[in-house]
Amino acid sequence: MSIVKSLLAGVAVLGLVPVLAPTPAHADPALVFDLGGKFDKSFNEAAYRGAERWKAETGGTYKELEMQSEAQREQALRMLAQTGSNPIVTTGFAFGEVLNKVAPDYPDTRFVVIDTAVDQPNVQSVVFAEEQGSYLAGILAAMASESGTVSFIGGMDIPLIRKFECGFVQGVKATDAEARVIVNYTGTTPAAWNDPVKGAELTRAQKGQGSDIVYAAAGGTGIGVLQAAADEGMLAIGVDSNQNHMHPGQILTSMEKAVDNSVYEAFRLGVDTPPGVKLMDLASEGVRLSMDEHNAPLITDEMTAALEAATAAIVSGEIAVHDYMTDNACPVR
Amino acid sequence: MDFGTVLQIMDSALRLMTPLLLACLAGLWSERAGVFDIGLEGKMLMAAFTAASVAAVTGNAWLGLAAGIAGSLAMSVVHGVASITFRGNQLISGVAINFLASGLTVLLGQRIFQLGGRTPSLTGEARFHAIHLPFAQELRGVPVVGPVYAELVSGHTILVYVAVLCVPLTWWVLYRTRFGLRLRAVGENPASVDTAGVSVQRLRYAAVMICGVLCGLAGTYLATALSAGFVREMTAGRGYIALAALIFAKWRPWHALLATFLFGLMEAVANRFPSIEIGPLTVPSMFVNALPYILTVIILAGFVGRATPPRAGGEPYVKER
Repeated sequence: MSIVKSLLAGVAVLGLVPVLAPTPAHADPALVFDLGGKFDKSFNEAAYRGAERWKAETGGTYKELEMQSEAQREQALRMLAQTGSNPIVTTGFAFGEVLNKVAPDYPDTRFVVIDTAVDQPNVQSVVFAEEQGSYLAGILAAMASESGTVSFIGGMDIPLIRKFECGFVQGVKATDAEARVIVNYTGTTPAAWNDPVKGAELTRAQKGQGSDIVYAAAGGTGIGVLQAAADEGMLAIGVDSNQNHMHPGQILTSMEKAVDNSVYEAFRLGVDTPPGVKLMDLASEGVRLSMDEHNAPLITDEMTAALEAATAAIVSGEIAVHDYMTDNACPVR
Repeated sequence: MDFGTVLQIMDSALRLMTPLLLACLAGLWSERAGVFDIGLEGKMLMAAFTAASVAAVTGNAWLGLAAGIAGSLAMSVVHGVASITFRGNQLISGVAINFLASGLTVLLGQRIFQLGGRTPSLTGEARFHAIHLPFAQELRGVPVVGPVYAELVSGHTILVYVAVLCVPLTWWVLYRTRFGLRLRAVGENPASVDTAGVSVQRLRYAAVMICGVLCGLAGTYLATALSAGFVREMTAGRGYIALAALIFAKWRPWHALLATFLFGLMEAVANRFPSIEIGPLTVPSMFVNALPYILTVIILAGFVGRATPPRAGGEPYVKER
């Protein structure tokens, strides 16, 4: 089978026979959700919202698929590509490796991968400037803190999460150079993403050391952090999606990643979605702090002004927030 | 390090100890009767899920507790049928339970709540809240004893007190009652119990069910007291740590309390001091996190002497013909 396939591919490349893959004029886009599931109140749900917005505005239809296991990824992508879905949007860094295998086989199909970079001519990689959003969260935390001590809880100790931490610390120190930032990581294995009990215990330990604002970038562990913060009378900062509604009045803000916008854009542009790396930063509103009725009482005019000033400065390049992943080091502690 | 910090760490250790202690006692009951149980993790996970689901739907933590125990008992029945009635391999049955719970909780959770395997967050009466013991506030002013009573003894959820009370209860039943004597005998020499005309199977089932109830308490504590809801794989290996503590405690209740408290304390210290600085040396957080396991190996190898498991452990009992 594979010999036949590679023979066919070779023939196709030589241009001896026309490529058989049909390219329908009106291809429907497709959206593939990662293991977390469509309604995870976070990352995947944001992608779903983007797709639904596109559907409501254009009246178009799209295919969707929820991954149930690791092994399905490649098969699902091939199936969608073969049935003519275009573009195919995948959420989550776990699709990176699979796309490197699948994308070259379907050169006429556009793929979009969110949260990781894949170097293929027909793949758009959407990556976020988490350090910029976290910087703003740091400013807000430093201004809202009464004790002068704030804290950060990361999930698994990996460079991506260090990027959140580093941006946050920079924001705090830029606002209040005397402020102390306590940093904890839940663990060094994937289990660290799903340990709300340890997240809650770390939060209490940080409270014991004087912290009154905690920023969680820890997946499912974050649920425990937000809960413990609410129980202990601290303020928490959520991540990825707008989590302000989870404990109204006790979540200062959430560092949102505009996953919905990137799905919406890809669907809107369809097959014309440009390949290459698309950086979603403050300038393109790819990262932002959630402001809604749930946290409005916590945000003063002073804070709003400071955030606006910092946003303008970052966008203009006046403030350069260091990205931990460029050199695996953070300039401030 | 001042007195307040020490108290906070001890307080945290007590909370972290509770699920370990309950699971450790659960394992103790089962293994004392000669049924190895490495499915503690799966039972806790199942209990956490059923407890959080029922508490979320009904808004009542006590119904959640009942459901948690029921969920864990269902897993115990599977273990019992496989390893007692059908004389299957107890280790394999335990592993199967761990896998089953890991998959089933996410599958059911997704089917029922569509939150990616999570349950909705529990609020108000759906959770167990801290109990403030009488006079905690009044005694706070008394030096040493006051803060210890107010911070350490008071202010835990009811399940913490239940877990601690389970220790003397387990000791008393196992060492001071006829049922306990027979149960221990079944784990050492089932043939002699059988000769005395007592059913080995029934005793082993009883032990496995008690194990299920205790794991149910542990899982419920994780999902409805320590946190507010179920998250997939939320037991995060605590069932295995409880097994290590059980060996460490040489299958004895009071030692189980000490062993699990030590593990809780280690974790609390690691949470509080991610990296410890000793002069110019900085001990990295990975090392501090690994300390409980390193300590287990050292203590088992050198200090507690031989840890001898119940002699008939792991062997299905076959009546002689």
